[in-house]
Amino acid sequence: MSTVVGEMDHHDHHHHAPSGITRWLFTTNHKDIGSLYLWFSFIMFLVGGAMAMVIRAELFQPGLQLVEPHFFNQMTTVHGLIMVFGAVMPAFTGLANWMIPMMIGAPDMALPRMNNWSFWILPFAFAILLASLFMEGGGPAFGWTFYAPLSTTYSSDSTALFVFSVHIMGISSIMGAINVIVTIMNMRAPGMTYMKMPLFVWTWFITAFLLIAVMPVLAGAVTMVLTDKYFGTSFFDAAGGGDPVMFQHIFWFFGHPEVYIMILPSFGIVSAIIPAFSRKQLFGYASMVYATAAIAGLSFLVWAHHMFTTGMPVFAELFFMYCTMLISVPTGVKVFNWVATMWRGSITFEPPMMFALAFVILFTIGGFSGLMLAITPVDFQYHDTYFVVAHFHYVLVSGAIFSIMAAAYYWLPKWTGHMYDMGLAKLHFWASLISVNVLFFPMHFAGLAGMPRRIPDYSIQFADINQIVSIGGFAFGLSQLIFLWLVIKCVRGGEKAPAKPWEGAEGLEWTVPSPAPYHTFDTPPEVK
Amino acid sequence: MAEQQHEKYYVPASSPWPIVGAIGLGLIAFGAGHTVIDASKDADGWGVNVLFAGIAVILIMLFGWFRDQINESMSGLYSKQLGHSYRQGMAWFIFSEIMFFAAFFGALFYARVIAVEWLGGAGNNAMTNAVLWPDFVAHWPLTETPGGTESGAMGWMGLPLYNTIILIISSVTCHFAHVGLEKNNRRQLTGFLAVTIVLGLIFLYLQGAEYVHAYQELGLTLDSGIYGNTFYMLTGFHGMHVTLGTIMLIVMFFRVLKGHFTPESHFAFQATSWYWHFVDVVWVCLFIFVYVL
Amino acid sequence: RSQLNLTQGVTDISQRVYDLHMTIFYICCVIGVVVFGAMFWSMIRHRKSKGRKPATFHENVKVEIAWTVIPFLILIGMAIPATSTLIAMEDTSEAEVTVLVTGSQWKWHYKYFDTDVEYFSLLATPRQQIENKLDKGENYLLEVDRPLVIPTGKKVRFLITSDDVIHSWWVPDFAVKKDANPGMINEAWTKVDEPGIYRGQCAELCGKDHGFMPVVVIAKEPAEYDAWMAEQVAAKQRAEEEEQRLLAMSMDMDEAMELGERVYVGSCAACHQANGEGIPGVFPALKGSDMALNDMQGHIDIVVNGKTGTSMQAFGNQLTMQEIAAVVTYERNAWGNDTGDLVQAADINAFMNE
Ligand code: HEA
Ligand code: HEA
Ligand code: CUA
Ligand SMILES: [Cu+2]
Repeated sequence: MSTVVGEMDHHDHHHHAPSGITRWLFTTNHKDIGSLYLWFSFIMFLVGGAMAMVIRAELFQPGLQLVEPHFFNQMTTVHGLIMVFGAVMPAFTGLANWMIPMMIGAPDMALPRMNNWSFWILPFAFAILLASLFMEGGGPAFGWTFYAPLSTTYSSDSTALFVFSVHIMGISSIMGAINVIVTIMNMRAPGMTYMKMPLFVWTWFITAFLLIAVMPVLAGAVTMVLTDKYFGTSFFDAAGGGDPVMFQHIFWFFGHPEVYIMILPSFGIVSAIIPAFSRKQLFGYASMVYATAAIAGLSFLVWAHHMFTTGMPVFAELFFMYCTMLISVPTGVKVFNWVATMWRGSITFEPPMMFALAFVILFTIGGFSGLMLAITPVDFQYHDTYFVVAHFHYVLVSGAIFSIMAAAYYWLPKWTGHMYDMGLAKLHFWASLISVNVLFFPMHFAGLAGMPRRIPDYSIQFADINQIVSIGGFAFGLSQLIFLWLVIKCVRGGEKAPAKPWEGAEGLEWTVPSPAPYHTFDTPPEVK
Repeated sequence: MAEQQHEKYYVPASSPWPIVGAIGLGLIAFGAGHTVIDASKDADGWGVNVLFAGIAVILIMLFGWFRDQINESMSGLYSKQLGHSYRQGMAWFIFSEIMFFAAFFGALFYARVIAVEWLGGAGNNAMTNAVLWPDFVAHWPLTETPGGTESGAMGWMGLPLYNTIILIISSVTCHFAHVGLEKNNRRQLTGFLAVTIVLGLIFLYLQGAEYVHAYQELGLTLDSGIYGNTFYMLTGFHGMHVTLGTIMLIVMFFRVLKGHFTPESHFAFQATSWYWHFVDVVWVCLFIFVYVL
Repeated sequence: RSQLNLTQGVTDISQRVYDLHMTIFYICCVIGVVVFGAMFWSMIRHRKSKGRKPATFHENVKVEIAWTVIPFLILIGMAIPATSTLIAMEDTSEAEVTVLVTGSQWKWHYKYFDTDVEYFSLLATPRQQIENKLDKGENYLLEVDRPLVIPTGKKVRFLITSDDVIHSWWVPDFAVKKDANPGMINEAWTKVDEPGIYRGQCAELCGKDHGFMPVVVIAKEPAEYDAWMAEQVAAKQRAEEEEQRLLAMSMDMDEAMELGERVYVGSCAACHQANGEGIPGVFPALKGSDMALNDMQGHIDIVVNGKTGTSMQAFGNQLTMQEIAAVVTYERNAWGNDTGDLVQAADINAFMNE
C-alpha cells in the first residue's frame, strides 16, 4: 500500500482504555468491539462444533446409538445456524471492526455506539436460540434452511423463538453492515481513494452491501413462517393459493448471497496475506476488485440452484444453471491472481501463509464440487446427499474458517502485542489440514454412493466411510483446542511484537505500534 | 474530503445505551416468542409481560440515547463529516427497509403470477390442477382459494384512492416544511410539519376503517388465502411504518418548537423526512400492485 | 456392495448423467492439476530460503483476458451436453404407465393411474435392527413391505406429490429425484431396460423419520408385470369381499388386542411411541389421554380422518376397518388405559357411513 506521512500524534480527547466490566459493556471502541466479536464467534464455533461432534458420534456406526432422530435433527439444524450466523459472520464482523478503521486510517468506525449495539444483540439472540433446545418439543429441527411446511404446520413450539431470534440477529447484521459501509465511504484518510483501499476493505465493502440487501429478505421469510404457523396465513400452503416452493425462492434469494457473505471477506484476507509472504505486490489488484463485484452481482441471479429438484420449468432450470456456472469465471480470476502473485515471489511459510495456501487449494476443490453441483441434470443425483455436505464444508471450513485462522495468525501480534508460539501454530496447522481432509473428503464418496444428508442412521454400505469421517471430525475438533490454547497464551504474554512483524506486509495497520494503541489515527495519516 | 474535517471527527466515549438496547431487543424477542406460543394455546402466560418490559426498555434506551445525541449535537461536537455518516447510515437503513418490503412484494408477485396460475393448471402443472384441485380456476384477486375459502376483494376506488392522495400530498407538505427549515422560515416549517402530521394521522385512521370494512363486510381476513395474506402483510407493515414515521414527525415537531435545528444542521429532521418520502413511495407501489392491478 | 462413485444406473438417462458427471469431474481435475501445479511450483522453487529475489510484475492485461475467456469457453463446453440431457429428462410426454406417488410422514403411497390399484409402502427393517438388538440385514433401511412395481422397456411417468411436508422421491439407478410438494404435482419419468430391484431413499428432510422412508422399485418384464397387475386387481377384489365378511364378524378382546398391537407398532408407534407416551410437545401421549379414556367417537374420528394441520394422518384409507377397530381397541386398553372398550369393524363402518 501507499506510504504514510502524518504519523499518529497525541490529541486532545485521548482517553485510555477504561477498565472493568463496563469497558466491555459500554464500549464504543472499534478494537474492543472487534475483540468482543472475535471471542463471541470463537465460543460459538466451539458450541456449534460440539453439536457437530454429536452428529459425528451418532453417525460413527449404523444404527441408533446415542441420540433420538428428533434430537439429531435439532443438532443438525442448530449446528448449521450457529456456524453460519454465530461463528463465521461475527468472526468477519470482528475482523472488520478491528482492521477496517486501521486500514483506511480512520479513528474508529463511523457509528461507534451503534457498533456496540450490533454486537450485544448477538449474545441475546443466540441465548434464545440455544435455550429453545430445552423447551418441550425441542428446538428447531427443520434444517438451517427451515423449509415450509416442516417449519410451519409441522414444527414444534420453539419455532416462534427461532423466528424472533433470527429477527434480532438480522437487525444486528444489518446495523453492522451499515456501519462498515458508512465507515468505508466516509472515513478514509486523505488520499485513500477507493482504488487504493486494501482488498480486505473492498471485499467487506461489497459484503456489507450484500448483507443490507439480503438480511431483510430473510427477515421477511421468517415473518411469513411465523404468520403461516401461528396466524392462519397460507403463503406456503397450496390450499390457500400459496406454494411451499415459494418459501424456498425467498429463502435462497437470501441464502445464496449469504454464502458469498461468508467467503468474500476471506478473499480479502488471503489477498493481503499471499502478497505479504510472497514479498511481491498483489497481481491484478483492479481485476480482483471487479471480480468481487461480479461475484456479488451474479450471486443475486443463481439462488434456484438449490432448488433444481423442486420441479421448476426447464427454462428456469437452464437460466439458473448458466448463471451459476458463470460465477466460476470471476472466482477463477481470483485464484489465478493469487497464483500469479506467488509466481516468482520470494516465499516464506509462516502460519498465516500456511493457512492462506491451504485455503486457496481447498477452497478451489470446494469450488469445483460447486461447479459440479451447478450442472442441473447431475445435481438431481447429488442434491441432498453428502456430496453437497462435502462441497459446502470445503468452502466453509477449509475456506471461511481457514481464512479466519489465517487472519488471526496474521494480525494476532498487532492485537495482543505479542508473538505467538510458532511451534504450536504449525502444529495446529498440520493437525487441522490433515484432519479436515480426513473429515470432509470421504464425504464426497458417501454422497456419490447415495447417502442422503440429514439422516441419523444409514444403510450398511456407508459404514466404513462414516467411520473414517467421524474420526477425522474428532481429530479436527481436538485440533481447534490447540488454537484456543495458543490464543490464550498469546494474550497473556510472549515475545514482544514489533510494529511490523512480517517482512513483506503492507498497509497502514503496520505503521502503528503493536499492540495497536487504544486510539489510532486520531489525526488521519496522509496516503500518497 | 478536506483534512480538517477528519481532525474533528467525534468519537463518543463509552455509552450505556447500546447494551440497554440489546437487552431490550432480547426481551422483546424472548417475550414476543412466548406471547405467540401462549396465544396459540389460548393460554395466559408471562410472555406478554416480558414483551412489554422489552418495549419499555427500548423506549428508555431511545430516550436516553437521543438525549445524549441531541446534547452533543447542540453543543457543536459534530463535524460535517459526522453529518455525512449519519445521512449515509440513514440512506442504507432505508435501503434495507426497501428490501424488507421487496420480500413481501416478491411473495405477492410469485403467488399471483406463478403459484395461483400453476394451481389452475398453467405451465407444466396440468396434473396439479387435474388431480389435486379439479374445481379450481385461477383468478386474481383470489376470492376463492383452492381449498374453498371465499372472501371479497378490495377495490381501489374510494378509501384506498383517498389514502393515496393523502399520502402524496403529505409528501409534498413534508418537503415544503423542509424547504422552510432550509430557508430558516420557522413558520413555514411548523405549519407544513403540522399539516403533514395531521395527514399521516388521517391516513392511519382511514386505514383502520378500511380494515374494519374488510373484516366485517368483505370477509377478507388474514386467513382467507394468499390474496388476503399479501394484502394484510403489505398494508400492515406499511401501516406500521407510517405509524413510526408519524411518531418521528411528532417528535420533530416538538423539537422544532423547542428551537432545535438550523438550516445547516438538521440531520434528525432530514432523516425523518426521507423516511416519510420512502413510506410514501412504498404506498404508491402498494396502491398499484395490491389494489389497482 | 460398497461403492465410491456415482452409479451408472440402469437407464439411458442415468448413463448420460453419469457420463456428464465424469466429464465435468475430469475437466475439474485437469484445471486442478494446472492451477495447483503452478502453485506448488512456486512454493518449491520461489522460496526465500532458496535466495529468491521477488519479481516486480503485478499486472498483465493479456494474461488476465486469457484466464477470463478460457474458463468461459470451457463452461460453454460443459453447458451444451448438460442442456440436452436436462431437456431429455424433463420430457414426460408419451408415457405408457402413470403412477401417482404420494409421500407422507414417513411412507410412500403408490396409485396406478387408470386402475384401482393403490397401496402404501413402508419401511420393513425391524425396529430391533435399528436399535442394534439384532444384526443388521443386507438391505438395512433400504427395504419396504410393498415395493413399487413397474414394467421394463416402457416409459413410466411418475406424478409426485405429498400429503404433509416436502419429501423427495429418489432412485439413484434411474437418476430420478423429484421433490414431493404438498398441494402441487411434479412429474418425472423413467424407462428401465433391465429387470431388477432398485433401491433409493427420501431425499428431503421431512421430520423425525426422514432417514427411515426408503423407496424400492421392482422392474418386471411386461408380461410378468401384467400378471402382477392382474393379481393386484384380483386381490383388491378379494379384500373388499373379505371386508364385507368381517363386518359381520366380531373379534374377541384377545384377538383385537393382538391385531391392534401389530397395527399400532406398524402405523402409530413412530410418533406416539411404543409405550404410548408420545414425545412431549411434539406428539401427544395416548397413555392416560382424555380421548383414549373417554371420548370414543372422537377417538375413532381422529384415527379415520386424521387431524388437519398436524402430523396425524387419516388412516381411513390406509387400514382396513377391522384394523382400525383393533387399533382403537388396543389404544383404549394398553398401557394401563384399561377402559375395557371393545370396538368392532362394524362400529367403524357405521361411523364412516354417517
Ligand atoms: C462459502 C460458501 C460457499 C461458496 C463460496 C460456494 C460456492 C459455490 N457453490 Fe455452493 N453451497 C454452499 C456454500 C458455498 N458455495 C452451501 C452452504 C450450500 C448448501 C446449502 C444447504 O443446502 O444447506 C451450497 C450448495 C450449493 C449448491 C446446491 C446443491 C444442492 O443442494 O443440490 C450448488 C449448485 O449449484 C452450489 C454451487 C456453487 C458454485 C457453483 C459455487 C462457486 O462460487 C464456486 C466457484 C469456484 C470455483 C469453480 C473454483 C475456482 C475457479 C477456477 C480455478 C477457475 C477455473 C474453473 C473452471 C472453469 C471450472 N452450491
Ligand atoms: C461455517 C459453517 C460450518 C462449520 C465451521 C462446520 C463445521 C463442521 N461441520 Fe457442519 N454444517 C454446516 C456448516 C458448518 N459446519 C451447515 C450449514 C450444515 C447444514 C445444516 C443443515 O443440514 O441444516 C452443516 C451440516 C453438517 C453435517 C451434516 C449433518 C446432517 O446432514 O445431518 C455434518 C456431518 O458430519 C457436519 C459436520 C461438521 C464438522 C465435523 C465440523 C467441524 O469442522 C467442527 C469442528 C469444531 C469443533 C469440534 C469445536 C472445537 C472443539 C471442541 C468444542 C472440543 C470438543 C471436541 C471433541 C469432543 C472432539 N456439518
Ligand atoms: Cu420423507 Cu424425507
Ligand atoms: Cu448457492
